[in-house]
Parts: sequence; structure tokens; C-alpha cells
Amino acid sequence: MSAHERLSAAISAAKESGRPALVPFITAGYPEPKDFIATLKDVASVGDVVELGIPFSDPMADGMTIQRSSFIALQKGVSLKWIFDQLDSAKGEIDAPLVMMSYLNPLLAFGYDALAERALAAGVCGFIVPDLPFEESDDIRAALEAKGLGLIQLVTPATPEARLRTLCEASRGFVYAVTITGITGGDAGLPADLTNYLDKVASFSDIPVCAGFGIRVPEDVAAVGKHAAGAIVGSALVEVLERSEDPKPFLKALLGS
Amino acid sequence: MSTLFAADEAELLLDAAIKGNMPDDRGRFGPFGGRYVPETLVPAFDRLEAGVKEHLHDPAFQAEFQKELREWVGRPTALTFAPQLSKAWGAEVWIKREDLAHTGAHKINNAIGQALLAKRLGAKRVIAETGAGQHGVASAAACARVGLSCSVYMGAVDMERQAPNVDRIRRLGAEVVAVETGDKTLRAAIDEAMREWVTDPDGIYYLLGSAVGAHPYPYLVRELQSVIGQEARQQMLDQAGGLPDVAFACVGGGSNAIGLFHPLLGDDIELIGVEAGGTGDGLGQNAATLATGTPGVLQGSYTIILQDDDGQVQETHSISAGLDYSGVGPEHALLQATGRVKYISARDDEALEALEELCATEGILTALETAHAYAAARDYAKQNPGKRILIGNSGRGDKDMPTLTKLPARIRS
Ligand SMILES: Cc1ncc(COP(=O)(O)O)c(C=O)c1O
Repeated sequence: MSAHERLSAAISAAKESGRPALVPFITAGYPEPKDFIATLKDVASVGDVVELGIPFSDPMADGMTIQRSSFIALQKGVSLKWIFDQLDSAKGEIDAPLVMMSYLNPLLAFGYDALAERALAAGVCGFIVPDLPFEESDDIRAALEAKGLGLIQLVTPATPEARLRTLCEASRGFVYAVTITGITGGDAGLPADLTNYLDKVASFSDIPVCAGFGIRVPEDVAAVGKHAAGAIVGSALVEVLERSEDPKPFLKALLGS
Repeated sequence: MSTLFAADEAELLLDAAIKGNMPDDRGRFGPFGGRYVPETLVPAFDRLEAGVKEHLHDPAFQAEFQKELREWVGRPTALTFAPQLSKAWGAEVWIKREDLAHTGAHKINNAIGQALLAKRLGAKRVIAETGAGQHGVASAAACARVGLSCSVYMGAVDMERQAPNVDRIRRLGAEVVAVETGDKTLRAAIDEAMREWVTDPDGIYYLLGSAVGAHPYPYLVRELQSVIGQEARQQMLDQAGGLPDVAFACVGGGSNAIGLFHPLLGDDIELIGVEAGGTGDGLGQNAATLATGTPGVLQGSYTIILQDDDGQVQETHSISAGLDYSGVGPEHALLQATGRVKYISARDDEALEALEELCATEGILTALETAHAYAAARDYAKQNPGKRILIGNSGRGDKDMPTLTKLPARIRS
């Protein structure tokens, strides 16, 4: 099984067990770099897939919470190289497949071939790149595909239908369905009319669909879980870590357990 | 000249740029440019691109745009001969006076053009970023003129050093949104404006103020600013009796520079862009992007940026808010790589000295941004006596009074 197929399988397995898959997001090395692996293990013990945020100086698709965590992690010296070193040191100890969420420039600076190689070795199965539209993604996609890694496409409520089909077909691992028209971290609640949107995304996708942005409470997870295979929880979890609370009970509660 | 391409490839790319065949369909100036934006904005960029194709060179749009430039902006702006500077420098110095355009800088050419476009595209409201505040003022004025509401994103650091412009923006009926995130200057203001745009990609028109960002902005802004170089070229022929040997413009994002240079690319004129050298060569001490940066993706475009080995964008320093930016327009990246335009830098103190000299000799208070071009031109004149020099005077310096009055008074020689 290739790395991106492992992602799909982990999400499908949760769905088949009768619950939505949970995909927690953390900013790598936040709030304290020394606690990174411990936090990751905790989060991976509940989550089905873990999304690791790579800090970036210009997080233009992110709201205040993730901006702040990213800024602090950078100040404390977190870099992609450091993250890979840490993951290497914890090889085999993390209970969930990983995806990295990174803006393009740190990946470009790392070099795509080197990136794919290190990612595969470190247990990373795919990448989400929020400032990389499909049209600009040939080079990185080729480098990732050569190692069986997935480039996960985002789709949004603003995506026209023809484009939606293209993106769903191109995505590997899962399809990331953004629930709102906006940035991460919103607390205005989920839009009322998610059903049609998520059902449509699912109907175009051969791989699982995970919904993200604005998912904060158990009711949100249950609501998107009816129409998507998984729920991605970012800012709400980062806020839990910001308050130095244990993430496990928070994540378990999201699943209603 | 950089080693990005072989000489023959550089020649082909440059030839395409001179003929106006850049950017290509994908918004590329050779390897530079493109469109790196969040998925939510892709349909908005597609609509903008289609709107630019439909309207920008449409005779009805052009007639309206040219009328506004003439009757509201006050174009053509003057070309001024500078007798005292010429004498002092041992050169023949001509100044293209964008400071005389309405609201006091070249920014208005782009702002009124895009505001007219926004109206045609049915925008409900306009957002804009600003560094020096000149683009904020220009956007506020242009939106008032065409009847659109306008919000201007401005870094908290810039709000302080360009305070007169903050007040002007508000008086012109626009809202000023203080940006407290990131470096609190121009780069953070662009990030924040993008975040706002993502919340309502259908209703908002983003009026970007420089030749930067994702396609089609670098192209759109260049087209709207090229009036500077077109006028200057003709005025040089009429008033000076010939083209200049060399032309200088300051470069922040690069809109006034591309506006001046683009119509001159095919002529035998040396072109020199001047970036902010800040206080020195160290990382974070300047904004000399092209001189010291490396290729990367920032705010929608693959271009030259100031970054560390991990691809994190570096903070910059410049006494001038309008040049205080870690990126640069992708067409400048190409013009540098092909060797057609040379990019150098002038330090804060050199710019200040040039500003004082211009005030004293020609009675023109220029913007701190623009002063960098004078500093470089002066150095050049000293080393190359007897040249005919054209300087793009991108804006006036009234907005810089808070910075200037804080400096110790100098004694004029
Ligand atoms: C007077 C003036 N000149 C130059 C600039 C730099 O911008 P650009 O490089 O886009 O011309 C600014 C920006 O605010 C400005 O106000």
C-alpha cells in the first residue's frame, strides 16, 4: 500500500466502524518545541490521521489562532528540517498516519525531491499546500507521486462544478472540503446548507472526503460526519494546547466518547 | 547578470518582454510570476483575469480611463528640467513629475484604472493595502470618484510614520483597518487584505497597489502605470530633443519603475531600479530584494524574495514605508535575470541627503521612496559625467513630514 493509500485506509476504517474519522491539526512545535513528540503522540492516540502544520512567516489563509501558533513556533526555532529530525527520532511510535500542511515556500526551499524522500522516511503520507492551486502543482505532485505520497486538494463552496470534478479526481489520500468561505479559525458556526455541498464533493470523489474549517464542538463533528468521511479540527485544538490543557479528553469528547 | 538562463534564452525572453508578449497565458514572465493563491480565491482570479481581458483594452474602457487621467488625475504630468542639479552633478537631469498627479504620487494611475474596472465587474466594495499610504489615499479617492466603498489595510508601524496619509484616507471616505499582525508593515497589510478577500470573493474587489502578487495583477498594474513611460518618452523627445542615456526609478513592489521602464525597454537606454538599502547589508537591515534575494513564492507570485534557508520570509528595514517590502514584482525579476535592467540600492542616509539636495536646488520635496532614485542617480552622474539622466519622481514628500521632523536639523552648505 502506498503512503497516500494508507491515509485513505485510515479514514475509511473509522467510517466503517460507524463514526467519522477525526483529523486533528497541530502546529508543529507549538506551544513548546520540547513537547512536540509527546503532544503528537497524544493527539495521534485519538485521531485517525494527524495534520501537522509547518510554521510559516506569511500564513495568509489562516486566522489569528494559527497565525499566533505559527509565529511562536518560528520564534522558538521550529523549521521543517527540525520537524523531520524529530519525527525520525520517534519512528514507529506514532499511532496515526501524518499529513503536513505547509505553505509552498518552505517546501520549495527544502527541494521537492529531498522533501518526498524525508517525508516518506518520517511517516508523512501526504501534503496540503493552501497557497498552491492545482494549475501550479505539477512539479511537486510529480516528486511526491514518485514516492507514493499524496498531494491533497482543497475544494471550497466557491469552487465551480467542473473544477470540483478535476480537483476531486486529482486529490490523493483524501479530499479536503473547506466548509466555509473564509480563513481558518472562524467561530461563526458552520453554514446551514453543508449537506448539498458535501454530498456533491463525495459524489465526485473515489477517495474519502474530510471536512474542515470552523469545526469546534461535538455537534459540528456529528453534523459533517453525516456527509463526509472525516472531520478536521484545527484552531479549536490549537486553542486547547495554547491553554496548556490535555488534548486527549477534548478530542475524545469531539467523537462523543 | 544572473546565471538563471543561458544567454540565448535570456535574449528570447527579453525580446518577448519588449514586444509586450509577457506575461504568457499562465501569468509567467519567463520562470517568474504565476498564481499561487488559496483555492477559495481561484474563481475570483479567473473572473478578474476574464474581466481584464474583456475591458482593459476595450475602446470604451480606455476612453473613460484616459478621460479620468486627463481631467481628474491631471495628466500628462510635467517633465521638468533640473538646471541646478544638472550643474551640481555634471549631468543633464530631467524629472518625470508623478508628484504632480492628483493625490501626489503615481499610485493614482493604477487606482483609478482598477476602480473603473471594479465598477464594471460589479464589485460591491473595494479593499486595498497600503504601505506609505499613497496607494491608500489614491484608492480612497478613486473609490469616492466612482462611487464604491473602500477599506484600506495598513500596518500599525506605517500608520504611525505616515500619519498624514491615514487622516487623508479617512477624510476621503474610506475605512482604515490597522494591521497588528506579522511585521506590521506592507507585507502584513497584503496578507490581511487577502484574508479579508477570502471571506467574500464574489463581492469584494481587491485593488492591489503595486506590480506584485498573483496573475493578472503584475500585468494589470503595469498596463495602467505605463502611461508614465509613454508620456516621459515623448516629452524627452519634445523637450530634451532626444531620449535619455539612463533612467532611474525607485523599486518597492515595482509599479512606478515598471510604468517608467516598460515603454523604454526597446530603446537604447540604460535602466536602473533603486531599492532600499536601509541601514546596511545585514539580513533584516534593508529591503534590497533584487540585489540580495533568492527565488521563492510570496503573496501569490514566484519572484525574488528576501528569505532565509528555510524559506521563511525575512523582515525588512527602510526609512521609506513604500520600499519596505520583502518581495518585488515578477517582471522585475525577469528584467534583472535577462540583464536588461540593473537593480542597485541606496541607504536611508543617502536617500535623506538626496531629498535635502533636491529641496534646496529645485524646490521639490520628493517622497522618501523617490529620494532613493536620486541618491543612485547622483552617484551614477559622478562616475559617468555628461550623461542625460531621466528620473521617475514617483511622489511628493508631504506624507513624510513625521519622519523628517524627527530628524536632527542639518545645516545646508
Ligand atoms: C511615492 C512612492 N514611490 C514609490 C513607491 C513604491 O512602490 P512601487 O515600487 O510600486 O512604485 C511608493 C509606495 O508606496 C510611493 O508612495
